[in-house]
Amino acid sequence: MRTLTVIVIDGTVFAAVLFLISIGLTLIFGVLRILNIAHGGIYAFGAYLATFLALRLLGIGGSPYLTYLMLLAGPIVVGLIAGPLIERVFLQRVYGRAEAIQLLLTFSIFLILDDLMKLIWGTQPLFVSEPYTLLGEFTITGIRYSWYQVVLIGVSILFGGSLVWAVRGTRYGKIVVAVINDREISQAIGINVNRVYMVSFTLGAFCAALGGALIAPTIAVVPGFAVDATVLAFAVIAIGGMGSLEGAALGALIVGLIRAMAVHLLPEADLVVIYLVMILVLVARPQGLFGQVELRRI
Amino acid sequence: MPDAILQAVDVTKSFGMVKAADGISVEIRAGELVGIVGANGSGKTTFLNLTTGYLKPDRGRVVFMGRDCTGLPPRVITKLGIARSFQIPQLYTNLTVLESLLLAMAAQAGKGTGCWQPLYRAEWTTEGLQTLDRFGLRPYARRPVSELPEGGRKLLDIALSFALRPKLLLMDEPTSGVSIEDKFQVMDTLMKVIDENRLTTIFVEHDMEVVQRYGRRVLAFNDGQVIADGAPDAVLADPEVRKAVLGRA
Amino acid sequence: MRARLPWEGVVGAALLVAVPFVLPDWMKFIVTLAMAKFMAVLAVALFLRANQVTFGHAMFYAVGAYTVGFGVKWFGVRDVVLLLPLGAILGAAAGALIGLVMARYREVFFAMLNLAFSMMLYGALLKLYWLTAGTDGLSAGVPLFLGYAPARDHLRDFLYYATLLAVAIVIYAVYRFLASPLGFYLKAMGDNEIRIEYSGESVRRVMYLTYVLSGALAAIGGVLAAFIVGHIVPEYSFWIQSGEFVFVALLGGYASVVGPLVGSIAFEFIRTYASKYFPNEWQMVLGIIMLAIILFRPGGLWAIYEAIAARFARKESEVQGA
Repeated sequence: MRTLTVIVIDGTVFAAVLFLISIGLTLIFGVLRILNIAHGGIYAFGAYLATFLALRLLGIGGSPYLTYLMLLAGPIVVGLIAGPLIERVFLQRVYGRAEAIQLLLTFSIFLILDDLMKLIWGTQPLFVSEPYTLLGEFTITGIRYSWYQVVLIGVSILFGGSLVWAVRGTRYGKIVVAVINDREISQAIGINVNRVYMVSFTLGAFCAALGGALIAPTIAVVPGFAVDATVLAFAVIAIGGMGSLEGAALGALIVGLIRAMAVHLLPEADLVVIYLVMILVLVARPQGLFGQVELRRI
Repeated sequence: MPDAILQAVDVTKSFGMVKAADGISVEIRAGELVGIVGANGSGKTTFLNLTTGYLKPDRGRVVFMGRDCTGLPPRVITKLGIARSFQIPQLYTNLTVLESLLLAMAAQAGKGTGCWQPLYRAEWTTEGLQTLDRFGLRPYARRPVSELPEGGRKLLDIALSFALRPKLLLMDEPTSGVSIEDKFQVMDTLMKVIDENRLTTIFVEHDMEVVQRYGRRVLAFNDGQVIADGAPDAVLADPEVRKAVLGRA
Repeated sequence: MRARLPWEGVVGAALLVAVPFVLPDWMKFIVTLAMAKFMAVLAVALFLRANQVTFGHAMFYAVGAYTVGFGVKWFGVRDVVLLLPLGAILGAAAGALIGLVMARYREVFFAMLNLAFSMMLYGALLKLYWLTAGTDGLSAGVPLFLGYAPARDHLRDFLYYATLLAVAIVIYAVYRFLASPLGFYLKAMGDNEIRIEYSGESVRRVMYLTYVLSGALAAIGGVLAAFIVGHIVPEYSFWIQSGEFVFVALLGGYASVVGPLVGSIAFEFIRTYASKYFPNEWQMVLGIIMLAIILFRPGGLWAIYEAIAARFARKESEVQGA
């Protein structure tokens, strides 16, 4: 029973972070129809920058409470720079070209980002624990939890909720949905599709960076954790349905719980289990749980 | 009395609230040359999609040469003898015109997945070039498909279907996108090939003139139903048909 | 695919045959390894023709390598002539198995599912220490050639020529494959699947058969690489290895059979120099070059060569025609 609780809590925390990364990935895919392989790199970049800024802040004697600001500032900077930069300078040049080329483009950006982080911050792990430890811990049934984990889940739900509201409820959100559903018609009725692309990509990048920044205080930031994040995020949206916001939430929950189960029950197989689940879901339902089958009109 | 080649029996298909096909029942007999007319959205292309397996009907049966084909995928239905051309030509943009045709011929010969003998083999190449000749595409044989003009794209699309030696040929708007001057030229070319091979043919057309001139039987579609069926003159003069298709009596 | 064999093929073949006599040992090693890896790159290139990327073909490369590893460790078999076809068969079998799932997918899913399978294999190779010795790896030992054990000085050359022979056979086989209906259907698949289905052919079958072939090709590369490098580790199945294969296919140009070979040789030399001058930024270098190719010269090195050759031919005919 106790293991079960631990698994559920751990899984939910992990799902919260996964959700933040995946929602950006699924948004980008839904709007631009491109799988952003560099997404994991942006996630890691957000983690690095936020941690770095927080450490600097503490270094110059800043209040530990301000580190939370850095956890927000880092992703904003990353999103606002990486977003338009990658989309306008690189992605834009391959719209309309073969999908294979588009995938390879985001893959090469990933390679560059991965080494860029090594170049800027070296290979030593970066760790800022203040945001995590400041909030303290509490105990339930003898197991210690951190308030930070609760905050993490809360932020994730809040964020996801506001994004869904923004997409469904606001005017701009409806424009984005229009572009997702039919690019040509949207253009025909005067929607600035290019701007929607850039905004969507930037927003997606911000989400990824935010996910990285939020998880950074719980683990040490090291080179190489970008890859895992990319593959996991893909597993999440593949299971949930590419381009579906609800799918990202459900997929994140499923993958998070499965990973928690694997970590606690069968640590040898943790990534393998997730890949296996992804394969099984896709075999059973190729479009994912919330995805739609698209039949080309002929 | 020639046998029925294709039978649609109460074929129905809805997309949400829209009934794209509403209890369609028709019989096409061997050797017929049938034109299908109807306004946009009347269900013409849907009918082609249903009979070739691209869509599955919600209700009803499609029978080809006495065999129930309902729900079979396009690949199987094509192998049974129905070939189809498209409103928007479905072509291999990065291959040459001749290569596209050779691939169709290879498929027809059951050698589509052969992996050792070349595609460019003597018998096929000769026949392929002859076919291109018949369709007026010979000059483009070694050019990439992307270089074809609009009318040529249509003709190639039809030639690819024709190369499958079908028993029933379905053409979706063979002259749409073709300039007015070329329309009749294209149809004359097609009709010659069709007559020479005595192919049973159904063609969907927007242009009344084309239908009148070339069709020997006309089906008028409206709102997913067949509202008229008979000789071209009679059907196209029918006021109900004119109202539905042209918007005026 | 027109017969490009005329004089370039002859010159190229002559150059490759001359290598062991002309180049220093360390360069020989690079070229030999490049030729082995070329097979795996070719496997990736096949799918690139159909507009599909696979981020997981390193798994078949690993299958080939570990065929050697297990062959040597458990059965004491070190003969190249035996292990090469065995590796090819195992690679094809793996392709046949995984292809059952893979053949239904395209584009994003195809790329990532291949990645998933390859990383699963990587995980298994890593964790099953009692079987694979994990990261310590297995040793390939000294290869035999039909029972013959060459003298130490000649071993490298023997391996070189064995690899060259394999390359020649593979090039011929793949050339025929690409000129066949299946090869053309593969290319057509990247253009229009609907037309293929409406011709009565099955796209899934085209994918599946190609997948099986690609598995065999990559595995052959793995067998040779195992002997050339001498050491077999789980990294043979890692995503970075798959990424390198994809990169080389792009670098050399995947539209031809020879492009990947040119790319592979170029790549191994680039890597040797880069690891000397940019040891920490290797991925970034790859990424930048890849970007440059995608944005400016998607046809890769071979396309650049063809453009130059065409310009030469035109200049010549202009001179002659005048």
